[in-house]
Amino acid sequence: MFEKVFVIQETPVTARSENILEVCDLRTHFRTDDGIVRAVDGVSFSVKRGETLGIVGESGSGKSDTCLSAMQLVARPPAVHPTGKIYFGDTDLLSLSEREIEKLRGERMAMIFQDPLTSLNPYLTIARQLTEVLEVHRGATSTAARQKSIEMLEQVGIPDAAERIDQYPHQFSGGMRQRVMIAMALLCGPEVLFADEPTTALDVTIQAQILRLIKDLQTAIGTAVVLVTHDLGVVAGTTDYVAVMYAGRIVEEGTTAEVFANPLHPYTRGLLESMPRIDTPPQKSLYAIPGLPPDLGNLPAGCPFHPRCELATDQCRKAYPDKKKASSTHSAACWEVEVIE
Amino acid sequence: MKTTGKPDTPLLDVSDLTVQFRVPSRGSVLYRKRKDVIAVNGVSFSLTRGETLGLVGESGCGKSTTGRAILQLLRPAGGTVIFDGEPIHEFWQKKGQKWVWDKRLLDLRCRMQMIFQDPFASLNPRMTVESILSEPLRNFGVVQGAERREKIQDLLMTVGMDPRCLRRYPHEFSGGQRQRIGIARSLALGPDFIVADEPISALDVSIQAQIMNLLSELRENLGLTLLFIAHDLAAIRHVSDRIAVMYLGQIVELADAQTLVDRPQHPYTQALLSAVPTPDPTREQLRQRTVLSGELPSPINPPSGCPFHTRCPVREQRCQSEVPRMRTIEKGHQVACHLVE
Repeated sequence: MFEKVFVIQETPVTARSENILEVCDLRTHFRTDDGIVRAVDGVSFSVKRGETLGIVGESGSGKSDTCLSAMQLVARPPAVHPTGKIYFGDTDLLSLSEREIEKLRGERMAMIFQDPLTSLNPYLTIARQLTEVLEVHRGATSTAARQKSIEMLEQVGIPDAAERIDQYPHQFSGGMRQRVMIAMALLCGPEVLFADEPTTALDVTIQAQILRLIKDLQTAIGTAVVLVTHDLGVVAGTTDYVAVMYAGRIVEEGTTAEVFANPLHPYTRGLLESMPRIDTPPQKSLYAIPGLPPDLGNLPAGCPFHPRCELATDQCRKAYPDKKKASSTHSAACWEVEVIE
Repeated sequence: MKTTGKPDTPLLDVSDLTVQFRVPSRGSVLYRKRKDVIAVNGVSFSLTRGETLGLVGESGCGKSTTGRAILQLLRPAGGTVIFDGEPIHEFWQKKGQKWVWDKRLLDLRCRMQMIFQDPFASLNPRMTVESILSEPLRNFGVVQGAERREKIQDLLMTVGMDPRCLRRYPHEFSGGQRQRIGIARSLALGPDFIVADEPISALDVSIQAQIMNLLSELRENLGLTLLFIAHDLAAIRHVSDRIAVMYLGQIVELADAQTLVDRPQHPYTQALLSAVPTPDPTREQLRQRTVLSGELPSPINPPSGCPFHTRCPVREQRCQSEVPRMRTIEKGHQVACHLVE
């Protein structure tokens, strides 16, 4: 059903300068019994202050490991020290010692995890878990830290925050726990916020609340957000830029408008086609990407998507495609995208 | 098909179905009282042969419990479930303290089956594909020996799997393939009616479309009647003829799938629809969202009057005291709301 794409290249503009986060050629590999697993294999992207980048992909595409590598939260071993560069402002995060990164983590960069029940400590009250952040990073007194934590909980929409702060995580519902996680991540007003599937475990009406909350807080503090998700609908509504990942690499990136209006990579096009939509008349059957997501320990040669791709040629089976640029911001790694200069 | 009833009578008629659970209420161990939670409260609908009804709602609204009570996997506390003319809610007998199925229900089992949400938990890891699929055939003594193996290979082909994988174990398959095995198991006895409880929500995006297509295909080829339970409205709309929206144990709106999406009447349905993200950035930006405040109330302490009044954006005085009845507002479109004309 897909045909070859032709794009006309625009003249490139000068590089962006006010990037708060710049990831260059990041590689995070894991040593396992079955050999080296290349979870993240040469990923590059950048995020400006106040902007949101969406990283889309299926499970095992390396989207979470990209964030965890930037936060230096990947367990080593089994992971090998990530290679490449992750610039946070002017500092290369990968060259920092554990102690130096600890100072940044939680204060200038923070992360929201998918499952708030397993990421909050069930033995400690919410108060204990929130005030710790301020006591460690800001040297706040316990009363000041408590006061600030209550304010933060109120800001993320937890009713009766002054009383609920002394409760334990199990006394909160899923949506409320996710709010606590967001409050914790935002306590020090981070410059970069990684949100790893922040709404996947939640119902749609609660998802809408949480996404709006992240957006409001982002506008208020000017945080750059990296939103990891598998839901293209969430990406369309909340991000400025999108990077689509497949088998540890970014296969397509661009502004959200560009990628949705003119998806170049067959994987992106397949994903968009295969989503049942509420806003278009129903079709008889959905387009389904054939085959299965790849096994990272045993990737096919050439483009890892070729066994599932309708357009695959001999070239795709031999070599990984170069990035083809459709505009200064929009590019895709596919042999079947042809750029007309 | 081995149906006995007339083709124009409904295959399944559920009327005023109620399910209660006993839970310990808070308090000291000695004075702890047991409390009844009404998980499903007066649910009524009917399904004609070959029809698919989608049951949608947020987690905890009682949609899975409804599915299980219809199949008599849970004993309903009240109401009737008529399957092909047989009052199956009566097919129970008391053995000591416990209620067990009687012979008549066991005989009907082969005509009603279930597909489960989690393909990792619903297949026994110690059984091969062959033993998983032969279990129902053995239990009902349908086919023997070599014929049985042939039947199993047929089943695997029906769900799009390689018939040579008989000796493999569930862990050797991906989530989508396991879900196919689960579907094959539910088809083994040639049922008329299947309850599919969130069959796609544990799967990757690119695999969800494959399974949805498989279900529509099977429905068409085998003339199945389906109760499709999910929280994803876009997916439900894609597979269902009619949709029932559930909130806190009650059906609040029931209509033809297209009507429900185009002209939702209940404020909860409207909010649910407006919270579904669509993969279209321009549309998402312009969209007016009704973001509901608050969360699903606990069914242990349900609100008085209309169950939705605590979160309803258009509530009135009477919503707090009067329970709205299900009313037919046009042919095939029922709503339980005081404010709908």
